[in-house]
Amino acid sequence: MNKILIQGGRVIDPASGFDAVTDVHIADGKITHIGVKPGDFSAETTIDAKGLIVAPGVVDLCARLREPGQEFKNALASEMHAAVAGGITSLVCSPDTDPVLDEPGLVEMLRFRAKNLRGPRVFPAGALTVDLKGEKLTEMAELREHGCIAFSQADAPLDDTQVMLRAMQYAATHGFTVVLRPDDTWLARDGVAHEGQVAARLGLAPIPPAAEIIGLLRILELVRVTQARVHLARLSTARSLDLIRAAKADGLPVSCDVAVHHIHLTELDIGFFNSQCRVVPPFRDGRDRAAIRAALADGTIDAICSDHAPVDEDEKALPFGEAVPGVTAVELLVPLTLKWAQEEKIELKRALALITSSAARALGLAYGHITTGGPADLILLAPEEFWKVQASSLLSQGKNTPFIGYELPGRVRQTLVAGVVVHSV
Amino acid sequence: MKNPQLNSNGELTHLLSIEGLPKSIIEHILTTADAFASVGDREVKKVPLLRGKSVFNLFFENSTRTRTTFEIAAKRLSADVINLNINASSTSKGESLLDTVDNLAAMQADMFVVRHAQSGAPYLIAEHLIRTNAQHIHVVNAGDGRHAHPTQGLLDMYTIRHYKKDFTGLTVAIVGDILHSRVARSDIHALTTLGCPEVRVIGPRTLLPSHVEQMGVKVFHDMAEGLKGVDVVIMLRLQNERMNGALLPSAQEFFKSYGLTPEKLAHAKPDAIVMHPGPMNRGVEIDSAVADGKQAVILPQVTFGIAVRMAVMSIVAGN
Repeated sequence: MNKILIQGGRVIDPASGFDAVTDVHIADGKITHIGVKPGDFSAETTIDAKGLIVAPGVVDLCARLREPGQEFKNALASEMHAAVAGGITSLVCSPDTDPVLDEPGLVEMLRFRAKNLRGPRVFPAGALTVDLKGEKLTEMAELREHGCIAFSQADAPLDDTQVMLRAMQYAATHGFTVVLRPDDTWLARDGVAHEGQVAARLGLAPIPPAAEIIGLLRILELVRVTQARVHLARLSTARSLDLIRAAKADGLPVSCDVAVHHIHLTELDIGFFNSQCRVVPPFRDGRDRAAIRAALADGTIDAICSDHAPVDEDEKALPFGEAVPGVTAVELLVPLTLKWAQEEKIELKRALALITSSAARALGLAYGHITTGGPADLILLAPEEFWKVQASSLLSQGKNTPFIGYELPGRVRQTLVAGVVVHSV
Repeated sequence: MKNPQLNSNGELTHLLSIEGLPKSIIEHILTTADAFASVGDREVKKVPLLRGKSVFNLFFENSTRTRTTFEIAAKRLSADVINLNINASSTSKGESLLDTVDNLAAMQADMFVVRHAQSGAPYLIAEHLIRTNAQHIHVVNAGDGRHAHPTQGLLDMYTIRHYKKDFTGLTVAIVGDILHSRVARSDIHALTTLGCPEVRVIGPRTLLPSHVEQMGVKVFHDMAEGLKGVDVVIMLRLQNERMNGALLPSAQEFFKSYGLTPEKLAHAKPDAIVMHPGPMNRGVEIDSAVADGKQAVILPQVTFGIAVRMAVMSIVAGN
């Protein structure tokens, strides 16, 4: 297999704290040496990384590849291509596909199809309940054998508290991680925007913060009872983060993430009904955004995910309340994370941890770090290079992002998965 | 963020919401409506301002009253009026909102009067017309979801100005289901823009949107307190489907607390006027003795509404 030398880059490994200008040697898909060249190594390819950051490939904990379900659009290929262009080398895909990822055969098929495309490693999150209906548990152990790394209810309701309890107990039996987005679906019912001044003014049906908070309180109590390992997905309110902070201090086995767009936008960005700002959970208010930023800085939040959801133009060209929620984001995860880090003067290493090592740890993935003998999943990054987000510059089939027109920092120049260059500009 | 209802010269080219309209434009509409008010009294009730223009009433949600007054207003301006009840035609065949708009635009429409159950739908249409180089077609919002009913808001302002002359000393109370009311939102924006120093909303907590106070209103839950010393009372319609459920226990109980009776009205100033956008639920939000009483100006509101809609249509069309 190809031997690669990545020469003269600033190598940052957030997991170990390593940060130095040096060389990385790759053979057989693995990092064989960091620093001085081993005697018998002769590179077949040399990549000049001068002036660039060499960082672990990005680990994205929530993206939708629209497969199974939209094979006719060839979405898997385009979204995987977009992901590696965004520096993502490990991608956890959400089970809310059509059909739902609740059977080993479907998981197998997805992994098989993904393997034949030059993209990131794909780690399916299996459905927690059959058809995500919140009634029956899936065959988690069987799904795990076929490659599911965690079990998620995605955005589907799980209203029956007894089913939630049983799901946690069963997952805990096997040591599996459960991924839940807290939501009281009665309170959130029919809602399309944060319950705040914008929803009041625009006459949009509100989603109160209490919907997420009550959902979270219910989950946290069940975690206390079951000691199940639970990852809370895409939190959006200040109070949720306070609760997580307290839960972690209590020693509960929880972790959490936020969607990258929630670090930047608030309800005010809806402006005059901009359907690109229709997301689940909704953009909250300025205080919530400040709390998210603080919780990222103090380590309460373990990961930033893309929450990637490519949506067709037609599905967004509807009145706000009817528009399909979601933001295309795999290509913006790194730039938006860097934008936050630059605005808040957060050390690059810490910012990168949230999308690499710390994210991987939340779901128990053995990726997101640079170590000798470890997988050669790497990115070459120009963190200060600004670029303008345009629909035409996005490789994802979804052009649905409120960040069109933004100048963002951070260009991923090259992406390597298992020592293979899968993206290069 | 650019407000799509004003063109680059700051002129009104669509009427989508009262929010963000400069005071001068609102006053211009009211003054123009004054001039049109007498057209209805003429032998020939027409002026030729929109002659040869096609006005499409696009009603995605049922309405008789609003559609009729828009139709009369357009006809008095000599426009050709086409009424489309789209609820029952295109969308049930699966045509998208913007496809419908494109088709009607291709029929050389000059103006769309739009009512839609979704907040913001007229914005979507106006922005689409701008994007597709059809900005010569004007959009008038005839009510979108809970968001806005700007012509109702303007005719309410016309009515208040007619009876009270000046806004700067007035206290106005809006009563009832504020949460679901596009009329309330339009009235609040219009009143605050025109310099009304005190706008009150009165209702049970279940029918008030959270954060409503950030729209510049004082919140009351008690009628006696909220109506004390007001110059204008605007009653809102309570929809049938809200009367029995988690929002309210019953229409009777609502009437007991918030129905406008002569006794409750006595808390307002003696010369206070009583308004209602119609259609009224007698015995639910308003007592017949008030609805038919001396202080009610509910029927004049309807008459003024025609002049105000004529003014809006002629102004957005560039007259």
